[in-house]
Amino acid sequence: MIGSEHLIELTYLVATALFILALKWMSSPSTAKRGVRAGELGMLLAIVGTLLHHGIVDYKWIAIALVLGTIIGIPLGLVQMTAVPQRTALSHACGALCVTLVGTAEYYLQAPEVPRFMMAVLALEVILGSLTFTGSLMAAGKLQEILPQRPIIYQGQNLVNLGLLTLAVGLAAYLVFHPGQTWIFPAIVVIALVFGVLMIIPIGGADMPTVISLLNSYAGLSAAAMGFVLNSKLLIIAGALDGASGFILSVNMSKAMNRSFTNVLFGAFGQEQTTVTGAEQARPVKSATAEEAAAILTAASKVVIVPGYGMAVAQAQHKVRELFDALTKRGVDVKFGIHPVAGRMPGHMNVLLAEADIPYDHLLDMEDVNSDFPQTDVALVIGANDVTNPAARTDASSPIHGMPILDVDKARTVMVIKRSMSPGFAGIDNPLYYLDKTLMLFGDARAFVGAIVREITGGDHG
Amino acid sequence: MNVDFTTSLYVFMLAAFIGFEVIRRVSPLLHTPLMSLTNALDAIAVVGAIILVGEGKSTLATVFGTIAIVAAMSNVVGGFLITDRMLRMFKASTSKR
Repeated sequence: MIGSEHLIELTYLVATALFILALKWMSSPSTAKRGVRAGELGMLLAIVGTLLHHGIVDYKWIAIALVLGTIIGIPLGLVQMTAVPQRTALSHACGALCVTLVGTAEYYLQAPEVPRFMMAVLALEVILGSLTFTGSLMAAGKLQEILPQRPIIYQGQNLVNLGLLTLAVGLAAYLVFHPGQTWIFPAIVVIALVFGVLMIIPIGGADMPTVISLLNSYAGLSAAAMGFVLNSKLLIIAGALDGASGFILSVNMSKAMNRSFTNVLFGAFGQEQTTVTGAEQARPVKSATAEEAAAILTAASKVVIVPGYGMAVAQAQHKVRELFDALTKRGVDVKFGIHPVAGRMPGHMNVLLAEADIPYDHLLDMEDVNSDFPQTDVALVIGANDVTNPAARTDASSPIHGMPILDVDKARTVMVIKRSMSPGFAGIDNPLYYLDKTLMLFGDARAFVGAIVREITGGDHG
Repeated sequence: MNVDFTTSLYVFMLAAFIGFEVIRRVSPLLHTPLMSLTNALDAIAVVGAIILVGEGKSTLATVFGTIAIVAAMSNVVGGFLITDRMLRMFKASTSKR
């Protein structure tokens, strides 16, 4: 049987190499599809290799579960692109569920004689797994709008959360030295499950990109811990890669929101929510009609469109593509400036715009597009607010001061499509709207962009 | 057992370094598909669940393991499927072809 053991190890080794290549090939859109193929092949090899394992005596439940998982997985792979953030959160929950269940079963197989290091890793695995499971379900519920998106904040919230986590870790430490006390294990799981729920309660929609990245990291780390327990190098590596990926994205997101990293690590999101400044002074703004906007856009030679979550909500991306086509046909250079935290998860805007058939070389990230704004004739902001707020650069008293923004105010003309003058999610007033060069286009994003497109193309025929 | 854990720690550390270096180079353009791909890869945990169920050491292990396989497998299938669909949508300008 030594032969088959070696064969299995070989499939795992090849799978590991393929997983690393898969991520390496994600570096560019031209090689990314190859990356997915590599990942699929690695996964197939590893699963087939595992099925050859000599310790497996019964295939019935494995077969049923594999088929059932596939049946559930297919619709999850076919969701609308607008539903990708909640689907991602749901998949973090599924991964964490798997890890927690396996960890729990593994503990009861080994108890009461569990080596200390093994016990510590098992506890880490189920704590991370459980809190990621409920946390991700909560995030998915908020994104799907089954749960209220409004953050729920109460006095002493951080104290309660920190207390619960300390309690779970304390119980885990006790279990490390007394692994035979089997009643403690489910207590740890329950506390971590509750912590996961409480952790997400104070989170609002704008913080979702950070939260999803962080949950991604936790899911990866819990899987790596499971690899330690099962002594599976393949699982340790896959978990470490996923953990690193989530970690990097979390850091990116926290930098893009000017949050300190500890703030993110300890899940203390939504801390800096400010209440709406009561003084609603009616400062004058200039507004324009679709006809005027169309005239300005067609006269421009360089236009940068800045999309935000509002574009996704209004489902305006296809109308935006029509605008892109109409302007490009007239020789206008149209680019898109995408802030890292625009939308509800990292890269959300890119996927929506790519779905609308906008070529990816027109999608620029913050650093690239910011150097372009001084040479830009028109910056058109669609459903974005805080990420364009110049107060982040200039006003030290602003809650978002220091947050890197898209410098749309450096363009010659700024146009902002917005439903009304009500402040954005964070309740922060945006001085951009009162600038002399700014024109407010009041209305629904999809309807307004559609109206501009009609003005432009109508002019072609008439 | 302790020796195994030490080796595992080294493997984890090296993999984390590789992960940082490789993922740092992923274009922000592809951060959403990156997350769905790592999710699918992470579902390799299915391997552990398969062995747990296959060995059938206890009823608890079989029941929990079976649910775990279902959860992980849905991530494998769903994760690769949606990553592939997303990447198909990313097209370069026709002028560049």
